[in-house]
Amino acid sequence: MIAVEIEKKLKAYKGLQILLIKKQFIPGSITRITGPSGAGKTTFLKMLAGLINPDSGTIKAGNTIWFDASQNINLSPQKRRIGFVFQDYALFPNMTVKEHLEYATNDTAWINRLLSIGVLETFTNHKPNHLSGGQQQRLAILRALATKPKLLLMDEPFSALDIKMKSALIKELQALFIGLGATALIVSHNPQELDGISTAELEIGD
Amino acid sequence: MDLTPIWLTLKLAAITTLILLLIGLPLAWWLSKKRSFVKIIIEAIITMPLVLPPSVLGFYLLLAFSPQRGLGHWLQQTFDVQFVFSFQGLVLASVIYSMPFMISPVKSAFQQLPQSLSQASYTLGKSQWQTFRYVLLPNIKPSLLTAAVLTFAHTLGEFGVVLMIGGNIPGVTRVASIAVYDSVEQMNYTAANNYSLVLFTITFVMVLSVFIYNKYQAKSPLE
Repeated sequence: MIAVEIEKKLKAYKGLQILLIKKQFIPGSITRITGPSGAGKTTFLKMLAGLINPDSGTIKAGNTIWFDASQNINLSPQKRRIGFVFQDYALFPNMTVKEHLEYATNDTAWINRLLSIGVLETFTNHKPNHLSGGQQQRLAILRALATKPKLLLMDEPFSALDIKMKSALIKELQALFIGLGATALIVSHNPQELDGISTAELEIGD
Repeated sequence: MDLTPIWLTLKLAAITTLILLLIGLPLAWWLSKKRSFVKIIIEAIITMPLVLPPSVLGFYLLLAFSPQRGLGHWLQQTFDVQFVFSFQGLVLASVIYSMPFMISPVKSAFQQLPQSLSQASYTLGKSQWQTFRYVLLPNIKPSLLTAAVLTFAHTLGEFGVVLMIGGNIPGVTRVASIAVYDSVEQMNYTAANNYSLVLFTITFVMVLSVFIYNKYQAKSPLE
């Protein structure tokens, strides 16, 4: 169980805005996160990952406290072991597809499995600037999965994929999440995208 | 032609560039992260040699390291090192004088990398050092090379600072730029021309190769 109760002041177009989130995420659940642009969806994911600090509140994962402002506890992103898919993919321009995955894990069998899920087997020696937008996005997803995380935070992870590729990949991911026992939080603007697989909903803003 | 000043110049430039790579990289990285008032002050100090007359810098270095007083006296008494009229003095002055040429391009290269690159690396469990070594550093390589070449070339071209702190001691502090001046003073235009031509050629080739390399690298999405 991941229990979140946090507050963060956001500098928004309209002035200061308070992002307040109180929510529990059941292990193995897939939560779809929606909300208008600039409402703080990305900030929320980054706070969970330990990349941005909330102003106050707590984040607990099972019995471990990840963040507690009052006790001055703030676990580093490295220790939270989260899989994160960035909206801008954040691929490393110097690394090939294979090197991205090898940077994250030594498990060759797992790397090969991921490559086949992402249909990137024939592109292992390509660097990101020689991949299409959809391939780059798939690589970002695979890299996030490489460490076999228990919590996956995905910031619009399917936006660059065509419908056919998307539905095939989502099916594969769903099975993978079950295998890993992973909890997933997915920011999505497309209402139909996660139909049938998301088990919970979180609306941020408004 | 006596080649000693040329060799001395190349040695000085190589050592200065090496030292600045070692100090400059971590310093530029640190400066590229969150801004603070202290960092702005430090950056201003590092950038000053770009606009300060070299003789002013040389004059203060001469005062600071003069073995008759203060710091210079203490260094001589304690470690038996003398920075005035010595090769190590030239190195010290060159490191300070050429520092902006190393720091500034490397710093802006670090700043141009999206923050999400380091963040992605952290979420994969990698430390700051691993992230620096395997993610950030390889992606600023073109800028690092440019900075190193410019630092080297700029050190070749030093005159004022070197003359102030090093003087004109053959084989010790008489670098090529000073040999040119010295030859002209002695009305030996042939020697002056020889030294000048060597400096001119080396500098031209270096600057040209930076331009060629950067044009080739411009295909990279980060440039």
